[in-house]
Amino acid sequence: MRVEARRDPAWVRWGLTAAAVAVVGLLIVIPVIHVFWGALAAGPAVYWNHLFADPDTAHSILLTLTVVPVALAANVVFGVAAAWAIARFNFPGRTLLTALIDLPFSVSPVVAGLMFVLIFGREGYLGRFLLDEGVKIIFATPGLIIATAFVTVPFVARELLPVMEAGGTDEELAALSLGASPWKMFWRVTLPNIKWGLAYGIILCNARAMGEFGAVYVVSGRIAGQTDTMPLRIEKLFQEYNLAGSFAVASLLTLAAILTLIVKTRLEKRVQWASKSETSVKDLEALKR
Amino acid sequence: MTASPRRRVLPGLSLSLGYTVFYLSVLVLLPAAACVIKAGSLSAGEFWEAVWSERARAAYLLTFGASFAAALIDLFLGLLIAWVLVRYEFPGRGLIDSLIDLPLALPTAVGGLVYANLYSKTGWLGQYLTPWGIEAAYTRSAIVLVLTFIGLPFAVRTVQPVLQDIEPEAEEAAASLGASRWQSFRRVILPSLYPALVTGFALSFARGLGEYGSVVFVSGNRQYETEIAPVLIVSRLEEFRYGEAAAIAVVLLTVSFCMLAIINLLDRWSRRHAG
Amino acid sequence: MGIEVRNVSKRFGSFEALKRIDLSVADGELLALLGPSGCGKTTLLRIIAGLEFPDSGSILLNGRDATMSAAGERQVGFVFQHYALFRHMTVFENVAFGLRVQPRAARLPKDKIRERVMTLLKLVQLEWLADRYPSQLSGGQRQRIALARALAVQPKVLLLDEPFGALDARVRKQLRDWLRRLHDEIHVACVFVTHDQEEALEVAHRVAVMNAGGIEQIGTPEEVYDRPANAFVYSFLGDVNLFRGRVQSGRAMMGDLEVDAPEHRDAPDAPATAYARPHEMEVSRDDAGPQAIRAEIAHIQTAGPNVKLKLKRADSGEFLDAEISRDRQRELNLRTGEFVFVKPKQVRIFIDDSVSPPLNYQI
Repeated sequence: MRVEARRDPAWVRWGLTAAAVAVVGLLIVIPVIHVFWGALAAGPAVYWNHLFADPDTAHSILLTLTVVPVALAANVVFGVAAAWAIARFNFPGRTLLTALIDLPFSVSPVVAGLMFVLIFGREGYLGRFLLDEGVKIIFATPGLIIATAFVTVPFVARELLPVMEAGGTDEELAALSLGASPWKMFWRVTLPNIKWGLAYGIILCNARAMGEFGAVYVVSGRIAGQTDTMPLRIEKLFQEYNLAGSFAVASLLTLAAILTLIVKTRLEKRVQWASKSETSVKDLEALKR
Repeated sequence: MTASPRRRVLPGLSLSLGYTVFYLSVLVLLPAAACVIKAGSLSAGEFWEAVWSERARAAYLLTFGASFAAALIDLFLGLLIAWVLVRYEFPGRGLIDSLIDLPLALPTAVGGLVYANLYSKTGWLGQYLTPWGIEAAYTRSAIVLVLTFIGLPFAVRTVQPVLQDIEPEAEEAAASLGASRWQSFRRVILPSLYPALVTGFALSFARGLGEYGSVVFVSGNRQYETEIAPVLIVSRLEEFRYGEAAAIAVVLLTVSFCMLAIINLLDRWSRRHAG
Repeated sequence: MGIEVRNVSKRFGSFEALKRIDLSVADGELLALLGPSGCGKTTLLRIIAGLEFPDSGSILLNGRDATMSAAGERQVGFVFQHYALFRHMTVFENVAFGLRVQPRAARLPKDKIRERVMTLLKLVQLEWLADRYPSQLSGGQRQRIALARALAVQPKVLLLDEPFGALDARVRKQLRDWLRRLHDEIHVACVFVTHDQEEALEVAHRVAVMNAGGIEQIGTPEEVYDRPANAFVYSFLGDVNLFRGRVQSGRAMMGDLEVDAPEHRDAPDAPATAYARPHEMEVSRDDAGPQAIRAEIAHIQTAGPNVKLKLKRADSGEFLDAEISRDRQRELNLRTGEFVFVKPKQVRIFIDDSVSPPLNYQI
């Protein structure tokens, strides 16, 4: 009775399954295959050239590999600090702070970029002052880093919060009572207990940072060979009708995305074990734009 | 020696809180304030003109309309895929499940590039649509299509856990009372999914409102026709009309906050229902 | 030396957890903090440990003021209710932790650390588990490792928070004996918190009975059980039968029961309650005089070493509990529904006040 009552007729099962698979195939699988086909259609040698012989493209790869780790590192430090403060203490404004961390999730990346231009741009509130000092933020790498950091602020913090809350303070108090200094307590007890949540947050943050487009588009000035990250390079090549080139760069990012998915799936189980978090709806706003 | 009640046992509050507040102020609060201040520097008339010009209105309409349509489609697709993943077993189910998250992990520029290419007149898929007179790329439909791609994971991942946790007893009761599978689905299962469905819709919708990277590839960005609001902002920026750009940005920000609040409320509502 | 708690108070919001507590624990003494949930015993323990700070009052550890010292500076070993073992470290690393985090100047060399850890593991009879992880241990084993870990840094004071609360009854009994024997060996001032009166009375040298943020009585197990200071202590430490009535000029009148109450000689006419333990109730078939109460046997429970009777008073319908030996039951051959006569061999009389405990108070 149990199985029967919940069992749909065979034609329904196969029909729906086929439909679902078709949808996923059409929307997701075919595009992915298309990326690699478009990149490799002319052969591996051409593919390689597109990526590394073209100085602007090569530079864009280097730039992405510079900007992303810095933004990532900044947000990891922030994430750990914020999670510690919010999970372990009660203070006025705690709820407000938690909500503030979520802000970048809901802001359109173009708006984010605009905000930074308004401050650091040539005619921005701080821009003139900084330019006089010789500090260039907009249209330069620092601006890219700041914009990327902004859009990825929430990722690490939001992954660490439930893990820290679920872990409880007993182990840390035990360490203190055994004579450990605060830093020793942190390195030897706190960090090892949050490592899976941290890894998961880093993966999400990294994927998002690499793919960031809108905010970086606005603050970069689109100077080829200088301020184009990989996503921006794809767009530029596309505008120049260099489809093979843009697909080549896209293929690298797609590989990174697939890698992210694999690592993410592996880590998910560990994180769920480490924290009793149910899937919050907001957890889904993981990787955007 | 009398004790002070303010002393805390766990260390690091001032350091961690101080750094957190500093970081957020510099990175989040100040820029947001700058945007609002800039928009405020316009006179009321200028503000209105920037925010409610014909071009702006067309952009809003397109942004909202396309996001709405995409979220609606995602609603049905999301339910379908979640249902199949939870209820049925078939080879490759795990793979499909992992693939659902791809639109989240994939850079939007890649998504945009691929969709523009696939559905162009000579593209892999576009070529099948041309004889039917359907032009997929560089139209509003293209925007809806790519937003559907972007929003799919949200729709699936909100419904999936709820579907997984549904108690079998309700369905068995319905069956024992003589309901057909369709009736069971429509009257027993579906109503319990409403909160998740609405939340998934809201998430996909909110996601689509701000989307930029993929849309610029597929839409052609033609004013009044295929220009979404973020593109309009960039346009104003490139014309150095910062105030107007900020004004439209403030409109988008306000809408985003409202969506955030709504989604929060929906989240709480659906949790209470799931109870 | 030892522990001195002076006038310590603590509130959480509007809730007064501790009200001007004074307590001394001598060096080498084993003291139990006994009381119902919410009485403040755990809060007091944590304040002594430095895991909470009092609102007022002071804590002296071995003669030195430690009121505001950090937990790590107090040389106090604390064993948590749920063990708080470091889950990503092996048993060996857990026990060695306190020794490894000492500042470089004071730190023991590696081999000495190893020696001490293994000695401790042998002391708790778990040296064969040195390479396991906490998740692989049973509850009783974890508890012993937590104890070994606390002892590794040679604390002057040992504090245990409901050490056996999370374990099943048989393991609890075994560990109780084991703790007492261990304490005889290591001989530090030791305070443990429990809500189980049997545990407190069995293990401790002295018991402090706490209630609603205050200490009701401190004394040896015999003192608190045989000479309870008030009705709360009496009721908390075991089952009770209550006889309500009045006391006047040294004489107590509880219905049929009339006893001399010399301790209340000076009391004006006041409502009072007489308390008697079930095993102090004499049961017989024959009328044993004016003091005896006629009651119907409502329930007989023969499981366990004694026979427990539930009796319904013929006059008031109230219930009494009596406990008789198996031999006596064999003698009397009691059945449910029969009428017998019950008389308390010994009662304690307490004048009623607003702080009267609930009926048959027992955890």
